[in-house]
Amino acid sequence: MTSTAPAQPAVAPDLRARFRDLLAAEWLKLWSLRSTAWTLFAGALAVLGLNAGTAWDHYRSWDRMSAESQRSFVPDGMPVLDAFTGNGVTFLMLVAAALGALTITGEYGTGLIRTTFAAVPARRSVMAAKVCVTAAVTTGFGTLLALVSYGVTQAILDTRGAGVPLDHPHMPRVLIASALLAPVSGLAGLALGAVLRHSAGAMVACLVVLMVLPLIVLDQRYWTALIDHALPYTAWVRLDDVQGTEHRADFPWTTTGAWTVYAGWALASAAVAVAAVHRRDQ
Amino acid sequence: MIEVNLLTKRYGGTTAVRELTFAVRPGRVTGFLGPNGAGKSTTLRMVLGLDAPTSGTATVSGSPFRDRARGLRHVGALLDAGQVHGGRTAAAHLGALARSNRIPRARVDEVLEEVGLAGAARRRTGGFSLGMRQRLGIAAALLGDPPVLVFDEPLNGLDPEGVQWVRGLFRGLAAEGRTVFVSSHLMSEMEHTADHLVVIGRGELIAAESLAEFAARGTGAGAGVTVRTPQPAELTLALRAEGATVRPDSDRADAALAVTGLDAARIGALAHRHGVPLLELTPRSASLEAAFMELTSGSVEFPAGDAR
Repeated sequence: MTSTAPAQPAVAPDLRARFRDLLAAEWLKLWSLRSTAWTLFAGALAVLGLNAGTAWDHYRSWDRMSAESQRSFVPDGMPVLDAFTGNGVTFLMLVAAALGALTITGEYGTGLIRTTFAAVPARRSVMAAKVCVTAAVTTGFGTLLALVSYGVTQAILDTRGAGVPLDHPHMPRVLIASALLAPVSGLAGLALGAVLRHSAGAMVACLVVLMVLPLIVLDQRYWTALIDHALPYTAWVRLDDVQGTEHRADFPWTTTGAWTVYAGWALASAAVAVAAVHRRDQ
Repeated sequence: MIEVNLLTKRYGGTTAVRELTFAVRPGRVTGFLGPNGAGKSTTLRMVLGLDAPTSGTATVSGSPFRDRARGLRHVGALLDAGQVHGGRTAAAHLGALARSNRIPRARVDEVLEEVGLAGAARRRTGGFSLGMRQRLGIAAALLGDPPVLVFDEPLNGLDPEGVQWVRGLFRGLAAEGRTVFVSSHLMSEMEHTADHLVVIGRGELIAAESLAEFAARGTGAGAGVTVRTPQPAELTLALRAEGATVRPDSDRADAALAVTGLDAARIGALAHRHGVPLLELTPRSASLEAAFMELTSGSVEFPAGDAR
């Protein structure tokens, strides 16, 4: 067989495959979509609005509170609860889960996934890179939001002399728990997206798992309490419990348990996302 | 070189591809032909490691493609021009692909230049025409300067100038010693593009041979002589008396006759002897299209009803 090789190769011969090239590629893919920045920007405004709104309500109703309520506002941990509210954290979960899910369902929806996997046949490495980029971006997003939200809410409460410093009891725990719920949700979204391969389906699944289940599964029986406590949002509620109400519940649990739920969801989601693409046809 | 050996893919009860065996060699353009639903895309996905075969193997340059950590330097593929995210610019799409395979960013501008999309590099691909997307897909395939290139229906949506360009590109790539494998469901597209053909129907191999060999398989559906005369009735009688088959030429709007069984010289001599003037006497070789239709007629997945 007579075949002539190209006179001068246009691309240098095969170099050792590096994981950081995949990280860089996923980073480029994420930020080259305008929707990424817009989603995060709009999500940040909504979360900050919800948190600042609660602090604003307390500022406005301050004069109508009894002297007793005003005195117990700080000891009861109200400024800590205002720093990141349940509504704010619910919206944060939604934004982070959508970001994670779209990272992969966007590729299935357009067929880009085949281009991606033909360029990088090591599919699990691609998914591992997506896991890292999703975790990094959502952690940064959650942390930034937690800090800004702390600053804004305490500045509002300060006008009533009710703001507290960053090292106030429970404040670091509540802020870290709120910030880290973003990567936990983002990875859950990525995992559900990798399994379902469909944007709408993945979003519905995220809503059910992250928001609906905590509402319908009650902690009054042992088994349902066990399921309830294994959910990310319930874990956040436990970490956000600055008034000790969770200790008086029928089935009390520790903050260590709640942190473990966070870690478990993050690791399990990462594992599912990586494993989901290995055997299935693309 | 692409080697496919007893490749089979079943989805539940239906067999998409059945025991396909063929090789695609470097240095020439090989066409991959078959009617819609014949299993071409399924075969290409298995070659690229996207789908796992039920049984059999597909290798590229001697090893299964899925065993490669990075693919672009080994195989360049255009599977479906739609397979880009419409929200990204052409440059961003190619930039991320290049980055994942450790290919320098400068190569992106080179391939965009090569496919004629340099001016549209900063535009979002969602606004691209099908032809522009085909060019973008071809640019992606060229990124890694690979020895093997696979194109699934690359001529879809291209204007005549684009088709000319793609044909020239494929020939150039083959002349450089690369393996070029191009699928199509239209024989006419391959006639001026490929040197060699792999033809399948209903997932099974029909032919793997050169273009000329394939054309010779046509048992004469298109072969014969086209004759035009002001006295068709007389000529028909004279020719039939000599054992020829004479029919109205269905490809022609005028009253031309399609004659088989006699060559042009004999027809001319007979016409002269009977004093019938001839306006046209054109020998026709069997066309590739006819051979393709004939060989795949038994394997069309969803045949249309008879034309009325």
